[in-house]
Amino acid sequence: MSATPQAQKLFGHAEENNYLKCSSGIKSWLFTLDHKRIGIMYLIGVTVALFLAGIFALILRSELFTGDENFLTEAQYNQMFTLHGAIMVFAFIIPSIPAALGNFVLPMMLGAKDVAFPRLNLASFYLWMFGTAFLLTAMLTNGLDTGWTFYTPYSITTTTAVIYATMGAFILGFSSIFTGLNFLVTVNTMRPKSMGWFKLPLFIWSLYATSIIQILATPVLGITLLLLIAERVMHIGIFDPAYGGDPVLFQHFFWFYSHPAVYIMILPAMGVISELISVYSHKKIFGYSFIAFSSVAIALLGFLVWGHHMFTSGQSQLVTLVFSAITFSVAIPSAVKVFNWLATLYKGSIKLVTPMCYALSFIFLFGIGGLTGLFLGTLSTDIHLHDTYFVVAHFHFVMVGGTLTALLGGLYHWWPKMFGRMYNDFLGRVGCFLVFVGFNLTFFPQFVMGSRGMPRRYARYDPEFEIFHQASTIGAFILGIGILLAFGVLVHAVFFGRKIGGNPFGAASLEWQSSSPPSFHNFDHKIHMNAPYDFGAMVYDEEMDTYIQRDFVTPESPEVPAAEPTKA
Amino acid sequence: MLNLIGLLAQTESESLVPEAPAYREGSYWFPEAASTFAKDVDPLFMLIFWVSLVFFAGIVGFMIYFVIKYRDRPGHKVEKSASHNTALEIAWSVLPGFLLIWFFVDGATGFFNMRVTPGNAEQIQVIARQFNWEFHYPNGDATTELHLVRNRPVEFVMESRDVLHSFFVPAFRQKQDVVPGRYTYTWVKPTKEGVFRLYCTEYCGDSHSLMKTNVTVHNTQEERDQATFYPWEDETPIKNGQRLFNMKCSGCHNNTDVKKTGPGLGGIWGKTETLADGSTVEVNDNYFRESILNPGAKLVAGYANQMPSFQGKLNDDQIFWLRAYIKSLTPDAKIEDELNLPASEAREKVGEADGEKPAAE
Ligand code: HEC
Ligand SMILES: [Cu+2]
Ligand SMILES: [Cu+2]
Repeated sequence: MSATPQAQKLFGHAEENNYLKCSSGIKSWLFTLDHKRIGIMYLIGVTVALFLAGIFALILRSELFTGDENFLTEAQYNQMFTLHGAIMVFAFIIPSIPAALGNFVLPMMLGAKDVAFPRLNLASFYLWMFGTAFLLTAMLTNGLDTGWTFYTPYSITTTTAVIYATMGAFILGFSSIFTGLNFLVTVNTMRPKSMGWFKLPLFIWSLYATSIIQILATPVLGITLLLLIAERVMHIGIFDPAYGGDPVLFQHFFWFYSHPAVYIMILPAMGVISELISVYSHKKIFGYSFIAFSSVAIALLGFLVWGHHMFTSGQSQLVTLVFSAITFSVAIPSAVKVFNWLATLYKGSIKLVTPMCYALSFIFLFGIGGLTGLFLGTLSTDIHLHDTYFVVAHFHFVMVGGTLTALLGGLYHWWPKMFGRMYNDFLGRVGCFLVFVGFNLTFFPQFVMGSRGMPRRYARYDPEFEIFHQASTIGAFILGIGILLAFGVLVHAVFFGRKIGGNPFGAASLEWQSSSPPSFHNFDHKIHMNAPYDFGAMVYDEEMDTYIQRDFVTPESPEVPAAEPTKA
Repeated sequence: MLNLIGLLAQTESESLVPEAPAYREGSYWFPEAASTFAKDVDPLFMLIFWVSLVFFAGIVGFMIYFVIKYRDRPGHKVEKSASHNTALEIAWSVLPGFLLIWFFVDGATGFFNMRVTPGNAEQIQVIARQFNWEFHYPNGDATTELHLVRNRPVEFVMESRDVLHSFFVPAFRQKQDVVPGRYTYTWVKPTKEGVFRLYCTEYCGDSHSLMKTNVTVHNTQEERDQATFYPWEDETPIKNGQRLFNMKCSGCHNNTDVKKTGPGLGGIWGKTETLADGSTVEVNDNYFRESILNPGAKLVAGYANQMPSFQGKLNDDQIFWLRAYIKSLTPDAKIEDELNLPASEAREKVGEADGEKPAAE
């Protein structure tokens, strides 16, 4: 096999001046404007948040092993579920895929050197740190027991640290807006001329749709939290019935942000899955434009369904009816994606490596999460299921089974790009399996106990639910071990993994044209434009142990059948 | 069973300790169905369930089949196939839509049944506060457990005295938030006699998970009246006390030593109680009486001043009966023989015997 010398440079092993090594010292990280380093710092940050909130989850599950008090008082239990929810939502899931993976990958997928506003990007990271620290210290010192939803009037009357915690969430909101703004501008202005909208990888489409939500919805959360603080401090009478306010108004404001936020959490995950399914089937994604438009449809429809969290709140029945109808319409674009992923597998060449295992696991879990949403969008059944464990199970299937699974899959996919080394695939798959089994054991029983009437946010429960809670607790520990193993394998790879070339999986999107790890400027050479899913254009080069573009292989090479057509 | 029917059937020798209602499974997914709404909810739930299962099995089935058939192996190559197929894609976007419309219409119909109260419903006023329920009946009775009559539609007019709560009876499939500063309404028509659980399902603070009580569905109005109404002169003071306890106190107190909103009242008689100010007091007749009429005066350590005063709401006879019942919950407390006489005779004798007859109001 003979690759041209140019290819050697394009796809070969990293030179010593890659972005990890080009400068050193703690300051070179803390003040970096490099999107890759900011992405890595974000990744470390959100992982710490994940582990913290995960530990809180295990504490909760242990307390719930039996229905009576084990080691947490009711008040402590309430603080614990608030900690778990608030950290998971605000500090982990919302920033996880966009800010950690997106930051690293998005500019490179566009063939760009960096995001449009590198300083804003760093500021976003510092706001994240600051907001998380605020949230954590507030909750750990004075406690917070409102749930992550901060419902009024309880959040006005409780003596816990509502003001500091909402400040924390407020700051985190800005961090999220900064990332979104940056991505929008980057995608709009920094694409190569020849890369039209329909030549963008689908991950970019999903991040773009996510960014629109972040920019339009997050300010509403900010305003709501400020109003809540004003109500607590000055009793302006907007949410507190004692001063003529309306507590249900808070729910409208809150869900006007928080429902779209659900799509901030899931859309990027769907984008990751579109990439993984396509790359590891080695086949062009099926129905590109339907997937792309479905992201945008989800983002826009997502703004019109917030009332489905309030079917029992006492809102008008007509409004309830309208929200239910629109909620059903969101089901369609989500289903379209799943069908298209399946069709992509058809006649592909499927490699069951770790990232692909996560992608398939995503389809399974997100399938359950999405389908159980139907029970909650339907009015009569929702009246029975609302605020029970059925809802808890549903959103964990979407957010953990969906987003966390996709994050792990994405990490395994781009890890070799980030660090230039390969992970242990066998252990990676074992981790994926444990996550899958643990996850199902944790959350499936919650559907059953929920529809049998187990209310959520209960520190103590009736004996008939014990068996389900115990299964769930055991599952949670398996899930915990699985996640630990998954991250362990990744960290091990950074130090001991086999060194690999620029494009070990034969992916076609532009980020794979850099060396692994990429150099400081991302690309040392002019990018060779090709369509993001044109895998036919990639051939494996044994000597370099990586895929390179067909054009770089000298034509007389015997291994390359010359006649195979390449479709753009 | 905690309800009156159970109580009526009890013989002298039977235990007075009320049990929590047994959980009766209705189907794999549902608790026992005890109201008309079960037929709005359960069949639709199962319909969505089976439709979802078919879709899910299809998705996972195809996924596994493709993964096996097209797995990467020596000699296997990507086969040529279309990269999109507009007709197919439009079909799978639009066709499931018809199912969704079906779910929506069916769900909305059920929802209106659950939200539109029939004109002949009796009204029960519900007052929710951290962390108990209070039910006021049309005839002026009030209880902390809910008592309904089978096949009689009832509308609940609900108010909250503090934060959000939510009224949920799984066996009725009915739920409605209770919002401070406004009334919310819901209704049910119970169809089955028995005792069912009632939960608060909107997080409302520390003891949210203890904010639950029982719903008893009676066969007739008379039985309901006996459960909510007073007096019952030929029963023993202990039994009358138990009835009163279940009506007025069990929302906050257990009859065992397990705490709820207030301390468990099982086994407290004669015990030395530590108060919030650090002092101690022995649980005896006078402390008990004061606890009921002026609960704020001596707060038990570890509890908030949440017990309402029963001044003017319970008369001396009733306090006496409660005393008899609470006393009977402490195994080694000396129970006067007279407490086993009919209520109308008992109080006189006990009062004379130990000179402890409480001062008349
Ligand atoms: C709204 C909830 C509530 C209701 C209803 C209620 N209590 Fe209480 N009760 C409490 C709380 C809280 C305390 C502990 C604070 C205190 O001492 O006032 C308490 C304390 C007591 C004590 C003192 C217990 C001890 O360990 O020293 C007695 C006795 C008592 N209640 C009896 C009753 C009786 C009898 C009734 C029914 C007529 C009743 N309570 C109804 C909430 C309630
Ligand atoms: Cu929502
Ligand atoms: Cu509650």
